[in-house]
Amino acid sequence: MRFKNTKIIPGIYENFTENENLEMFEKICKIRYFELNAAEANINGLMKMPVYLSLGQESIPAAISMVLKEPLVFAQHRAHGYYIAFGGNLESLVDELLHRRTGCAKGMGGSASIHSLEKGMYGHDGLMGSQIPIAVGMALGINYTNKKVYDSLGKDINKKRILAVMGDASAEEDYVIGGAIPWAARHKLPILFICEDNNLSILTEVKVRRNWKTSDVARAYGMNAVEMPDNPWLIMDYLKKLKYDLPAFMNIYTVRAIRHQGGKRDDGKLEWNRFKLTKRELCKIGLEKKMKEIENETREKINKLWESKLKE
Amino acid sequence: MAEKLKDTIKRISKKHLLENNGLLLGQCLTAVGWVGGTVPELKEKDGIIELSMADVAGGGIAVGAALAGRRPIYVVRFQGFQWYNAVEIVNYAAKSKEMWGRPCPLFVRSIAMDAGGGERSIGPVASGSHHGIYTRMPGIPVCAPMTSKEYKSVWKYFMNHDDPIYVSEHRRGWDLDFEMEDKIYKKAEITLFPISSTRLNAIEASEKLEKEGIKCNIIHLLWLKPFELNKKDNEIKYSLLNSKFGGIIIDGDYENSISKCIAYDLMHKYNKKVHALGLEERTAGFAPHLDNLPPSAKRIESKVKEIIFK
Repeated sequence: MRFKNTKIIPGIYENFTENENLEMFEKICKIRYFELNAAEANINGLMKMPVYLSLGQESIPAAISMVLKEPLVFAQHRAHGYYIAFGGNLESLVDELLHRRTGCAKGMGGSASIHSLEKGMYGHDGLMGSQIPIAVGMALGINYTNKKVYDSLGKDINKKRILAVMGDASAEEDYVIGGAIPWAARHKLPILFICEDNNLSILTEVKVRRNWKTSDVARAYGMNAVEMPDNPWLIMDYLKKLKYDLPAFMNIYTVRAIRHQGGKRDDGKLEWNRFKLTKRELCKIGLEKKMKEIENETREKINKLWESKLKE
Repeated sequence: MAEKLKDTIKRISKKHLLENNGLLLGQCLTAVGWVGGTVPELKEKDGIIELSMADVAGGGIAVGAALAGRRPIYVVRFQGFQWYNAVEIVNYAAKSKEMWGRPCPLFVRSIAMDAGGGERSIGPVASGSHHGIYTRMPGIPVCAPMTSKEYKSVWKYFMNHDDPIYVSEHRRGWDLDFEMEDKIYKKAEITLFPISSTRLNAIEASEKLEKEGIKCNIIHLLWLKPFELNKKDNEIKYSLLNSKFGGIIIDGDYENSISKCIAYDLMHKYNKKVHALGLEERTAGFAPHLDNLPPSAKRIESKVKEIIFK
């Protein structure tokens, strides 16, 4: 196991209300059941394009969205989780995956380049890590002025914080780890960098590709930097304590429960199953009944959405 | 005396920073002559942003600032550096509006130089014009202003539209304080369509050729793409149809680039032969005899004679 500490810090739950715990879990369920439906549709041949699912990695966007409110989001190809966690329209996402003009990117984006004008999520152009310098530029644009800033569509973006998400592979791009991130640190820009570290570039492991840690490099640049597993309480706790002291960098170890592309699973046993672990923790703090209700309701709602969309 | 181009650029930039809440980004802006006197001597608080030497990241940062609505001017001091910088500009800024409905208005100042202007050569990659990298991609207009009036028209276009724009500058233009008018005869041997610094060479060549009795029309090209923005359809038609030997597109980039594209379009449109003349198909070296420069007046003269007397 890459990161053995999957245990909870004693007393960490006390930092969160019951409602917060359940809302976070509901977001996880939304992502999970949306993606399970997407996987099935993909396996059934309904998607004529590459599809990148967030299965196994749901807890990261769910937890971040609980603390970082209404940021501008710059993610990469595996971004369904962020779209859903930050409140993107689910019907539009299904439509996008089914190549419809009513999709969130009108069919232009597919799975890899989704976006939401309403929720401040920017599309990705398909080049590994390109979203990171662009996110840094957005932070620069918002902050280097004492005047009000309106984006290129005329929307008020004053004082917006930026969420910049990469994977363990795109973090290695020279313009990411060696270009944009240190420049953001030098200018103390309000960006939260997230590295979703699932250890795999398709199937090539991190240890084969490099012998350094992203968090060590980020720390060397003089910014807050941590590494942790994808335990949602640890993520929320860190972000709460950070109190928007940005820029900051989080390398979050996670497990991709599905192939790099498509709806099928890779061979072999998964390192851990965060969904099960999260449910176990919720049971421990006496939320089993409510948790089950949420899971059942969310599953039913998402299944119905897909069922109805597939009939259109 | 009219304003020099470099003073126009500086004045436009200053106004943009101080009055439009604009930004001006690039490497080494505030040292060594403020990029040849074209960058206003302002400070970071005014919007002059020094980027690190990471070119690819720099292009992306400029794109992000454009999405933030700051209409940044992005200065790339040598056009050859566009091989790094172009990535996020052509693949994100140029696509953003079509893909996601988000405009990305970015003003890319891309600066060329060569020994033709009395400056020293800078070798195999960084010298000369590289606007062909951009003209092959959709979503980004490309132009090559050489005079103050042209630059002002380009800036006006940028401020009235929401596209990113690639402005291929040439250091030979910065000290020019005059405009270049088209020259159109009722009957000519050939029409020259020069781009960027080759416009000066084309004027010189046509004067020499005229002394030998060879009349050449000259139509200066400002917009490389979309070509229609030149708004010279009538002049081009008239000149080409009244030129015995068609025309030549003359460019400081390689021939397998925008010059051949324009020649192709004009040939189809007017059914006249249009040739392309640009950098030679070889790598430039540092030694003067190995350099690969935009077509000189002498080379233009030779090309015209080759076409006429072959």
